[in-house]
Amino acid sequence: MTAVIEMPEIATATNTETVASLIGVTKRYANGVVALDGLSFSLRRGEIVALLGPNGAGKSTAVKLMMGLSSPTSGSVGIFGADPRETTARLRTGVMLQVGRAPEMLRVREHINIFRGYYPNPMPYAEIVRAAGLEGIENRFFGEISGGQKQRTLFGLALAGDPDLIFLDEPTVGLDIEARRGMWTQIRSLAARGKTVLLTTHYLEEADALAHRIIVLNKGKVVCEGTPAQVKSMGSGSSGTQQTLKIIRCATTLTAQHLEAMPGVTHVELLGTLTSITSSQPEATLREMLALDQQLHSLEVQSPLLEDAFLALTKNS
Amino acid sequence: MSTASIALSNPSTSGFSRNLRIFATEIRYELLRALRTRAFSLATIGFPAMFYILFGLLMNRGESLNGVLVAKYLLGGYAVFGSLGASIFGIGIGVSMDLSAGWLELKRASPMPPLAYVLSKCCMAIGFSVIIVSVLTLLGISFGNVRLTLAEFGTIAGLAAAGAIPFSCLGLVLAFTVPPSSAGGIANLVYLPMSFCSGLWVPLRFLPHAIQLIAPIMPTYHLAQLMYASLGATAPGTVLNHCLSLFGFTLIMIGIAWIAFRRREQNS
Repeated sequence: MTAVIEMPEIATATNTETVASLIGVTKRYANGVVALDGLSFSLRRGEIVALLGPNGAGKSTAVKLMMGLSSPTSGSVGIFGADPRETTARLRTGVMLQVGRAPEMLRVREHINIFRGYYPNPMPYAEIVRAAGLEGIENRFFGEISGGQKQRTLFGLALAGDPDLIFLDEPTVGLDIEARRGMWTQIRSLAARGKTVLLTTHYLEEADALAHRIIVLNKGKVVCEGTPAQVKSMGSGSSGTQQTLKIIRCATTLTAQHLEAMPGVTHVELLGTLTSITSSQPEATLREMLALDQQLHSLEVQSPLLEDAFLALTKNS
Repeated sequence: MSTASIALSNPSTSGFSRNLRIFATEIRYELLRALRTRAFSLATIGFPAMFYILFGLLMNRGESLNGVLVAKYLLGGYAVFGSLGASIFGIGIGVSMDLSAGWLELKRASPMPPLAYVLSKCCMAIGFSVIIVSVLTLLGISFGNVRLTLAEFGTIAGLAAAGAIPFSCLGLVLAFTVPPSSAGGIANLVYLPMSFCSGLWVPLRFLPHAIQLIAPIMPTYHLAQLMYASLGATAPGTVLNHCLSLFGFTLIMIGIAWIAFRRREQNS
């Protein structure tokens, strides 16, 4: 069994630094519900991956399998080359879950130190306090701190073991804007230090701002995977091209037919006095429009919203 | 299941001592947490104390039963009652709440050995059982003219502690089978009738014949007989028989708890 311990070291050194992988995973519950249907994806070292999907898409099932809280019906799950239920895998993993109530009569400091005790090389206490923003509440009982402070304490617990892989389930629920930005900064700095972060969130804005890669699940399958920009383009009706789509809005005298004939234009829509043009080559489209219409004004160029892409991708797949 | 789950790959000495430390930490903080939770600690200690004062010290003053003072006899019964309460409420309700809140899931996803969690809860029940039997003994000595040798106290304290083990397993069964919203009600439905019907409040001989017949199916009955015997009172049955009954009950409860837990795991 010593091979299992050595494997992660070899894995990180040789291949594309895959930290965790699901291969052809199907999960069928006892009541017959198929939560995951041949799901495969992997997480690489140092990246922040957001797992998105509507309720019931299989996000939490996938995360539970990776945390070793449940076993797949078929397929395999590997964390650092080991079974996620093994202690060797758990020692390198940190978890933040939606917890309704942690033991209330323990102090924040005690909670953190109990979790630090689970790991042979925990993160220094002071560093956890700083990273999770727990200054000033360390001696308060868990039961008497606010919702946001509870959320930050749970984040601190996920960091306790200085893990290489961190699962964050809805990490910023209940946080105000400032605290949310603060946690984003922390998550980014974790990735910068080579840690891998898997994030599930309902805030698409958060996935957009934070993730290097987004995996959209629906009905237990991956419907789309890519950088936030790629995912947005894929959802904009352009049949899954990898180009970056932009939406150009302006007041122009050019007709819809004329615009549709321009290079890269995929869609034209009239919105009152404004025209909305979706283009896969926004620079070329704009150059031509500006050359042809000297009176063009109220110009705005934007990326398609992740929200629109998300809705389009998960609607009827 | 794709890959077989294999126990800790490298049980090196450092891993072993770390595990020991985790067990000690979990137990210490679980005890501390329970003591700090006043609604729990006051009720768990206060309930048997109050009953003992009422039935053992204020009523039946100076009377004897089965060869010993009523106050001394009932000390055994209420010690069992206290141990049952600490276990059913501490573990039945405590684990049920941890389960529904997702806290148990977070603990399970951590490298903490799962046994550390169960053992810390069990040790908490044992600790409270010893505290309760000590409080009851102090009350008995101070206000009920109870005379107790150190050996007798040691034996009943040991019995109360050991009794917390089968009762803790009963608590686990409750936690894993009863929905959290009704756990409190169900716990009382087990706690109160079981205590009454095994003669912990009022000695069995004063209870209806039907209750005397069903009493031996309850673990509390067997622990109470061991208590009475060690306090110098006459008690039916042999020590071996009572011990085997408690051991059998423990095994059945562990079995049910295990099956219930596995079923939960497969459905979540």
